[in-house]
Amino acid sequence: MNLMDLTTVGLVGGVLALLGAATGIGQLLKQQADTGLNPAVIEQFNLRIRAWWILCAVLAVAFLLGQTATVWLFGLLSFWALREFITLTPTRMADHRALFWVFSLFTPLQYVFVGRNLYELFSVLIPVYAFLFIPARIAFAGDYKRYLERCAKIQSGLMICVYCLSYAPALLFLKLPPPPPAAAAAAPVVEAVAPESVAPGPEAAVAPPQDLPPNARLLFFFLLVVTLGDAFQYLSEKTLGKHIIAPAISPNRTWEGYLGGVGCATLFGTVMWWATPFKPWEAALMSLVITTMGFAGGMTMSAIKRDRGVKDYGTLVEGHGGVLDRIDSMCFAAPVFYHLTRFIFPQ
Amino acid sequence: MPYGRTIAGKTASAKELDAEMTRTLLAAIARLISGASVRWVDCQPDTCQRVYFANHTSHLDALVLWSSLPAHVRELTRPVAAKDYWEKGWVRPYLAKNVFDALLIDRTHIKVHQSPVDLMLKAIGDTHSLIVFPEGKRNTESEIDEFKSGLYYLAKKRPDLELVPVHIDNLNRVLPRGEFLPVPMLSCITFGAPMWLEAGEPKADFLQRARGAVRRLKEA
Repeated sequence: MNLMDLTTVGLVGGVLALLGAATGIGQLLKQQADTGLNPAVIEQFNLRIRAWWILCAVLAVAFLLGQTATVWLFGLLSFWALREFITLTPTRMADHRALFWVFSLFTPLQYVFVGRNLYELFSVLIPVYAFLFIPARIAFAGDYKRYLERCAKIQSGLMICVYCLSYAPALLFLKLPPPPPAAAAAAPVVEAVAPESVAPGPEAAVAPPQDLPPNARLLFFFLLVVTLGDAFQYLSEKTLGKHIIAPAISPNRTWEGYLGGVGCATLFGTVMWWATPFKPWEAALMSLVITTMGFAGGMTMSAIKRDRGVKDYGTLVEGHGGVLDRIDSMCFAAPVFYHLTRFIFPQ
Repeated sequence: MPYGRTIAGKTASAKELDAEMTRTLLAAIARLISGASVRWVDCQPDTCQRVYFANHTSHLDALVLWSSLPAHVRELTRPVAAKDYWEKGWVRPYLAKNVFDALLIDRTHIKVHQSPVDLMLKAIGDTHSLIVFPEGKRNTESEIDEFKSGLYYLAKKRPDLELVPVHIDNLNRVLPRGEFLPVPMLSCITFGAPMWLEAGEPKADFLQRARGAVRRLKEA
């Protein structure tokens, strides 16, 4: 069965190779006692790798099942992240009804609009309508203690965990230009491998394969660059980190980590331009923006965690803190990446 | 008979099977809505006879605590609940009778010759465990109320029972007093080290110690 075209095979293979290599290195480091590295750091590294395998498996299943499954997956991620956010955010009993609508109406509705590609609705539902609803509902509940603070907390949670993250699956619905000649030229190779499988039509060589969601590669590129940005930044911090950006917010985040992470991931994203609808310089710019936003997201969530006096948001995936700890960079990068892509390819 | 309500034998009727399925389903739903993470601190799940005593902040407390026990322990564990609340409507009595096998205590008419403690001891026999909320009523403050004396008399009449403190965190935000729609926040159930009544320990001291044990689990 001709499930995927060559580009997709290259992407998936690349990721598997990367993860495999990382797993190998992690196990090797674990075996050797005299590397001079902190065993706790190695253990942490191995746990992260394992959690990435789980995340990749879940994503792969969602991709293969199609657009709807992917939107569902991100919807569930949002739901869980919002759960963690609100749990660690002190609200008062009077906020109960407002919170009920936040969870049971606004969160699902946002993803329904995304799934139907109703840009006019999903781009304003939470920043405008939820923004008006939440303070009004709390006011009707009649408790004015720390009123503005409570409204802001609930609205922030909804914006970061639901609104921003929902732009990632929204990428699946953008109208992209037809694939460049390079991709079209790759198609006959596939046919040469399996000549008896399909009767070759004139469109068959040009049309992208329909087995995967049409824009899956764009989303894949985004997730890959975000994740690699995080990973490279972690590595650079551990190896080069010296100048701490804001010690009161996070003692781990350094300028070296930022530059190393952004530099490596941007380089990687640029080299990956052939798998995206972008020109090389566009791919470079996109990667730069994605990783920078991702870093900003990490800083912001660290600040929130610091304010709440917690280290991690939850304990769902072993070694990865909470869901929110993993998707913070994604949340910040997704809307910007979406809008830039929309700007490059007007709808 | 180690498992009081096992349905494996030929005595399993359709109704019991039904209740068994409802139990499993309800436990799963309760875990999902309450997002409860369960921690056992200096304590392991066991089928020995125990009295789980917890702070009480939400109507969901008994359900979620009961759900967070492993299935084979859950089978043997009966929540003690207020009769006036659990006999209203038709859902609650069904759940209380067929699903939790709850022990309903009349809060309004306490008879001298049949004290709640005697009823509890009679009901658990030598197999079952109990879930009790010694504060006596749901508490809306963040500080745990003074414990009622029932726990002391339970411990005095049956010194062999393991008293397990349980702290329930954040469930009052999932379903606060007077609300009927839950908000699916994450809660945390912590089981602590079992304790017993010391020889000659005065009632007030014991109740204070028990309350302290629950409160300490919050920080554990």
